[in-house]
Order: sequence, then C-alpha cells, then structure tokens
Amino acid sequence: MHFIVCIKQVPNTTNVQIDSSTGTLKREGVESIINPFDEYAIEEAVRLKERTGGKATVITMGPPQAETALREAIARGIDNAILVTDRAFAGADTWATSYTLANAIKAIGSYDLILCGKQATDGDTAQVGPGIAEMLDIPHVAYVKKIEDINDKNARVERMMEDGYDLIEMPLPGLMTVVKEINTPRLPSLRGMMASKKAQIPHWTAQTVNAEKNNIGLTGSPTQVMKIFSPPPRPGGQTLAGSQEEMAETLVEKLRQAQII
Amino acid sequence: MEYFLTEEQQMIVDLARKIAQEKIKPVREHYDETEEFPWPIVEELAKADLCGVYIPQEYGGFGGGVMNLVLVVEELCKVDGGISLALAATALGTFPILLGGNEEQKKKYLPDIASGKKLAAFGLTEPEAGSDATSMRTTAKKEGDYYVLNGTKCFITNAGDAETYTVFAKTNPGRGPRGISCFILEKGMKGFEFGKKEKKMGIRASSTRELIFNNCMVPRENLIGKEGHGLLIAQGTLDTSRPGVAAQALGIAAGALEEAISYARTRVQFGQPISSFQAIQHMLADMATEVEAARCLLYQTARMMDANPGKRTTKESAMSKLYASEVAMRVTTNAVQIFGGYGYIREYPVEKMMRDAKITQIYEGTSQIQRNEIALNLIKENAAKK
Repeated sequence: MHFIVCIKQVPNTTNVQIDSSTGTLKREGVESIINPFDEYAIEEAVRLKERTGGKATVITMGPPQAETALREAIARGIDNAILVTDRAFAGADTWATSYTLANAIKAIGSYDLILCGKQATDGDTAQVGPGIAEMLDIPHVAYVKKIEDINDKNARVERMMEDGYDLIEMPLPGLMTVVKEINTPRLPSLRGMMASKKAQIPHWTAQTVNAEKNNIGLTGSPTQVMKIFSPPPRPGGQTLAGSQEEMAETLVEKLRQAQII
Repeated sequence: MEYFLTEEQQMIVDLARKIAQEKIKPVREHYDETEEFPWPIVEELAKADLCGVYIPQEYGGFGGGVMNLVLVVEELCKVDGGISLALAATALGTFPILLGGNEEQKKKYLPDIASGKKLAAFGLTEPEAGSDATSMRTTAKKEGDYYVLNGTKCFITNAGDAETYTVFAKTNPGRGPRGISCFILEKGMKGFEFGKKEKKMGIRASSTRELIFNNCMVPRENLIGKEGHGLLIAQGTLDTSRPGVAAQALGIAAGALEEAISYARTRVQFGQPISSFQAIQHMLADMATEVEAARCLLYQTARMMDANPGKRTTKESAMSKLYASEVAMRVTTNAVQIFGGYGYIREYPVEKMMRDAKITQIYEGTSQIQRNEIALNLIKENAAKK
C-alpha cells in the first residue's frame, strides 16, 4: 500500500512570543519543528507500512527550509519526500493550501491512504486535511484515534469524540487526520538518519503540480484577515474566605446575583 | 575538545543523547529504586539501531567497531550508568563470538544481537575465581556430539534476561590455563538455570545473577575456536571490552561534572553562587581536566584497536579502563561534595552516580589487575628491546 503523509513545519511554540503591535508571531530566531500532531501521522504511516508492506511518502508545502522537516520524517522511517515550494504559494490560506497539496498528491499518482495531523499548532484550524480530501473527492475521517483494520479496499477506524468514540468503516483511497492518542512517535533510527542524509528531495513548483495561478498563494485565498488581536487576559478569580458554611453561603448568594441559579 | 568524529559517529552521538535525555532520564530513578530490568529502553535502543553499532555490517550491524560502542555507552551513561549495561554487557558477551567464532556461529548469533532482538552475557567469573580466572571449577566434559557442563558462574551481568551466553569451562582440568574452552549457550537449554538476582550498591537497573549448569548438554558446534583456547578468547575479549567499561566510567563522570557545574551556578550561599568561590572552582577545574584526559586516552585507544584488528592491545586497553574508572570515582565523589547535603539525598542525581561509578573500578578486572597488566606489558616491551 502507498501512504502519503502531509506535514507542516511550525515554530516551536513552547517559547514563541507575540508581537503586541501587529498581533503576529515573532518568528525570528524561533526554531522550526515538525507540527507535533503531524508526528503522529508520520508514526502511523510507518507503522502501517510495517503492518501491510508498501511505502510511505511525505509532502509539505513551504519555504525551502521546510526540507529539514521532510528529512526528519525520513529519519523516522518514511521512504521518500517531496517539497512543494514556490514563491507563488506565499500567503496561502487553508483553501489555497488544500488546493495546492491536493494537486501535488494528484501529481504523485496512486495512493491508498493520506494521513495528516488533526491540526497545526500555529493556525489551529484543522481544515487542511479535510480540505485536501474534498479537493480530491475522496472520503475522509477526522480525529482518528485508532486504525483497527486496514486493507487496500477499506479501513475500520475509531474517531475520537468528546463523549467516547465512533467506529467508522471507510472505503479507500481516503484521508484521515489523526489525534495524539493514536500512537507514541518513535525517535529517529541510525539507518533512518543515514537515509535522511542521503535522500534527494525534489522541489515541486506551481508548474510541476499543475496549479492554477488564481487558486494559489495570497491571490487564491478567499480568507481575508481583517484584524489580528490578542484576546484580553481573563480577570483573576475571586477567592472566598471563612468557614466552609460561610463560603458556601456567599457562593450561593453570588451565583443567585449572577442569575446562574 | 574537538575529536574529529566522522559524520556517522556524530549521528550516533546525537541519537544516543536524544534517547538518554528523552527516554532514560525520566525513568532512571524508577529503575534504580525498583531494580527492574529496563526492557522498554532496550526496545528504544533496538529501534534506533544502536544495539549493533560495533558489529560488522555483514551480520546486520554498522561495522563501527570499538569506537562506535564507546560513543554510545558514554552518551547513555552521562544520564544513567546502569540502564545502558543491557547494551554494553551484551557487547562483552558478544565479543567471544566476534573474535573467535566461526562463520556459522557468527551468522547464527550476531544478527539477532545487532538488531537488539536478543541480549548477550559473558560467563567467566566464579565464586572462587574472580581476578584469578584460571582457578575456575566449571567443567565441560566431552560426550559424543555434546559437552556436558557442570558448575556455577556468579556476578553475571544480564544473566536471566539475555538469550545468548558465552561461557568458559574447563575441558581439561589437568592442563591449567590451557585447559579452558569457551561455549555458546542459549537460555532454555536443559540443565542451564539461573540463580538469585543480586542486590547491588549501584547499577541497579542492570541484572546480575548466577549461571548454574547441571549436566547441561551443549552441542559440539557451540564450542568457540578450539578446545583449550578459552583463556586466549577471554583475554582477547577483555582487551576489546575494557574500553566499554572505560566509556561507562567516562559517561558517569561527565554526567556528574555537568550536574556539579549547574548546581554550583545556582546554589547561593554567603550571598553568592557557590561557583564564585575558588574552592569550588578549583574542584570543577580538576574534574573537567581529568574527564577530558580520560576521554582522550579512551578515544585514542579505541581508534587504535579499530585500526589494528587482531592486534593485542592489552596495555592501552587496561590504561583507558584504569584511568577512566579512577576518574569516575573521584569526580562523582567530588560532585556529591559540591552538592553538599543535597548530594547525599536520593532526590538529587549525584549520589546514584557515585554508587554507579564504583563498579567500574571492580568488574572486567579490578584497578589493581589493570595495573598488573600494564606493568607486565611495560616489562615485556622493555625486555624485547635488549
């Protein structure tokens, strides 16, 4: 089977700062990493490959330095990688990104399953995975926490819900976005690191993937950013004092005043 | 210090460091406390391809020899001196096959060890035969297509958890040192049992048990080399493996040094960090210098060994083990001293490092035996000149 993993390189948000004047992330000097949720997609593809045989391909749309993320994926067991990169892709929103990646996947040719992380830690939209599936006109299941069974015709998966999970059977080829409950990503292996060092990663442009000029980058993005702002910090809570009875009485009184009870 | 590692060696170091930091550090107290065998970490090492870095490529390894092994062990031991023994003591148990085994034995046993699927152990020491290995009492009597082993080995690292054992026994008790032979045993062979698990001062994540042979029938094809060549194989193995112990000692020392520097910079007494006191500074300077000197001696020894396969390197090997283990004991003791009262408390990492360091002066030849080996070679070399 052929598994394709779509990943994104994101700023390491554990120490990222926000420019209060523009509301955007201060990216200078911030280390780039593979979007943490995509690591689960990479690991799942490698596990599926080990389970069913076949190969795994990783793709990303991004600037040339996103090649680092692709090499990291190879070190973790992915067979080959494609970087979709073109200045014309800059400023893409989730629609234009889905369109571009879907076109790249068409250019790859045949595949059985596309795997994505449930969302990226920078944009947090969770739209690109399902977007790709729509563009390719294939079925998708989002928030997959377990792939119970899979063959080249269909898959049975557990979809994480707030109150449990749904058991879903889907035909393949299809797309899944995965949640962190699905596996524990492995560290790179020595063989993987050597393969990653040697790997030739092709750079695909808008032309290579047959992308319409009007559908890519800022021009192709229907999203208009009107304003970026940080939500005001929450005011601190109130701490009650006194004996348990007194505190309970005050609490009930306050809830009544607020018309909550 | 710049050691001009190859690209592959640098990858090995980076990978081992990642595993040490991300997988071993969070659980090191757990394994020290519970004395459980660290199987989940062994799996991580296997998945990362680190179990076979010293095994030739034709048997599924990376062919990097002793230097590769040293780099992995040092890096893992910076964080924990016990857990990495699953790998380091496997190397010790594997060297007799690598050095003296025939092609069939290598093909049969090495790939599973290189992939990390199986661990190995080395059975030489006996209750009455420590430094004086030739006084061993375990016997192997030839009967048809088998050797029948009887006797007991003690203090065997990885025993019970390993699958493959290289064991020394007397095939001809009358011939003394020339009557010892080496065999490959597999866990589960009839008449091959394990004794109680020892409770140790340090390296408590590593298992240490007795090997008990009670009319254990070992097939003739499991004899390594020729009958009577066992002691030579043991000596060659120890020459090759002692840098591994040196690497363990070096890693423990380097780890303790790092902890001591970090602590000295944050611990405030008399209104300033204790790192501003010359008493502490001079201790740190001595520790760092000794650690670097141990590393230089060890890396150079390992490189010399890899460049001259088959050549005996008893003297250099003993020097690197002697020096690194003595440094480990001094450096960890001083790290505890710099931590003061906190250093003596188990919640802080350095008391464990001090406990772990001690064994490196004892096993695979005590510091005293290393000095004997070094001196003997000095005298031999001098005599050969005249």
